[in-house]
Amino acid sequence: MRVTQGCFSFLPDLTDEQISKQVQYCLANGWAVNIEFTDDPHPRNSFWEMWGLPMFDLRDAAGVLMELSECRKVYGDRYIRLSAFDSSHGWESVRLSFIVNRPADEPGFRLDRHEVAGRGIRYTTNSYAADRPEGQRYGGK
Amino acid sequence: MNAISMTVRGKDRYKSGVMEYKKMGYWEPDYTPKDTDIIALFRVTPQDGVDPIEASAAVAGESSTATWTVVWTDRLTAAEKYRAKCFRVDPVPNSPGQYFAYIAYDLDLFENGSIANLSASIIGNVFGFKPLKALRLEDMRLPVAYVKTFQGPATGIVVERERMDKFGRPLLGATVKPKLGLSGRNYGRVVYEALKGGLDFTKDDENINSQPFMHWRERFLYCMEAVNKAQAASGEIKGTYLNVTAGTMEDMYERAEFAKELGSVIIMIDLVIGYTAIQSMAKWARRNDMILHLHRAGHSTYTRQRNHGVSFRVIAKWMRLAGVDHIHAGTVVGKLEGDPATTRGYYDICREDFNPTRLEHGVFFDQSWASLNKMMPVASGGIHAGQMHQLLDHLGEDVILQFGGGTIGHPMGIQAGATANRVALEAMILARNEGRDYLHEGPEILAKAAATCTPLKAALEVWKDVTFNYESTDMPDYAPTASVSM
Repeated sequence: MRVTQGCFSFLPDLTDEQISKQVQYCLANGWAVNIEFTDDPHPRNSFWEMWGLPMFDLRDAAGVLMELSECRKVYGDRYIRLSAFDSSHGWESVRLSFIVNRPADEPGFRLDRHEVAGRGIRYTTNSYAADRPEGQRYGGK
Repeated sequence: MNAISMTVRGKDRYKSGVMEYKKMGYWEPDYTPKDTDIIALFRVTPQDGVDPIEASAAVAGESSTATWTVVWTDRLTAAEKYRAKCFRVDPVPNSPGQYFAYIAYDLDLFENGSIANLSASIIGNVFGFKPLKALRLEDMRLPVAYVKTFQGPATGIVVERERMDKFGRPLLGATVKPKLGLSGRNYGRVVYEALKGGLDFTKDDENINSQPFMHWRERFLYCMEAVNKAQAASGEIKGTYLNVTAGTMEDMYERAEFAKELGSVIIMIDLVIGYTAIQSMAKWARRNDMILHLHRAGHSTYTRQRNHGVSFRVIAKWMRLAGVDHIHAGTVVGKLEGDPATTRGYYDICREDFNPTRLEHGVFFDQSWASLNKMMPVASGGIHAGQMHQLLDHLGEDVILQFGGGTIGHPMGIQAGATANRVALEAMILARNEGRDYLHEGPEILAKAAATCTPLKAALEVWKDVTFNYESTDMPDYAPTASVSM
């Protein structure tokens, strides 16, 4: 399966040139771009690991692409996403977020049903990959 | 026409008998509204032969302290403070016999945090007043002092996006069809297919409550199976607006509690449940981390005709105060009423922290929202993937695009319909961010995306000629070039 989180997951994977244009759009809006990675893509895992800090005061997308390339060297077997933060009053959160790297194989999620009183069911989503310790998922390095 | 005050003062003001409203203190052209006053703008159509100033003063009177005759008991009160004051009357451009009346109300006339009280005053009695042919409440200026007495949207746009983990694009939804007749199990099937195909939300229709073919618990249980299955299949957060509208508050609370127990992120209500019920559900939603969707069922009975009723921009303001998170606000290009400029005005009211006066959008006042949460407008009714560039241009990014027929009616099935919409949307956002002239290159951008997406190709083919071009019945009175002294 294909994890479809993020803004562009229904399109073919973006090329570095396409990624660069999206980053430039964020920078032109005054947003700080952050690189984040994880091997636990649970839909409610909000806090992916940060590859350094959001790149405040950056003007050229090339800087982000350089960092992304470094991050891929270390964590190329995991999910990597770019998130753009807008500090304007009334927003002060993420404005754009999209996946830029995926594991070669995405085994997806198991839905566990815990049957309770009446016809009620408590649902839990489990990532098959997350059954193993962090760093050893997706064939890990 | 804004002549001098005619107010009778002193002892003569209170002589028993009937006196014209404009002489009783309801017409005060020299009055400067205070920052804390509520200001209402009415479109007044007096009966033939009735002086527009007198008609406007009567509206001020009948929506505040006046009755048809002088009463001595006014003298026991600070009557001048409590009288609503009409301070300006302008002829409506290009509409003979209609007048815009600006009326200021002292803040003490209203109870804190109560749309019921506000509306009972402003639209309570006066709309049936005989000397008027018709009356419409066009807009209101709500002072910050009053705005701050309301909770506002339970969740708000930013927190909704954080909870749903969806940033940078409009959200996608679909209303389950057919509206009526599906069993709970069949209904859940539609929800699952649509969500798995790529939509973020599905939606109950306004009249899906608890009927013989599907009682509400059946719907809730099967829908949550569908939501959770689609979440696991996509790795994304999904939701379905479970309509908790019912005959009593007790029933609504019971349904909302059950939705929460099942892990739903969102519930929905209909406008017809009433302002107080809406405020109660908004408080419940805030307490229970629930997004609250409002379907504006019934609004066209009083918002659509230009000369009589209440403008939807006023309803949108009241609903932002009342505390809903989603509100249907028009599509421009779809099957339901919505002139582009007027619709833009509604969207601004939902989403901005400050609305400057924009007569060309029908926005008559500067309105500060004092950091009250923002409402997500919903575009629903007769829209399809082939219009994606126009929808993005008219409605922007913070909106929910709901393709009901445009998902479920897809020739290859519901999942394919959902995928077509999602691919079209992502392709358009990508192109916009790249700086392309997406509005004009839209068809080209869609065609290119369709080259690698068969469902989109089929959607573009089947709906290519569908448009709804009818003249609007409600549009702004001022053209963009008109200069009106304020």
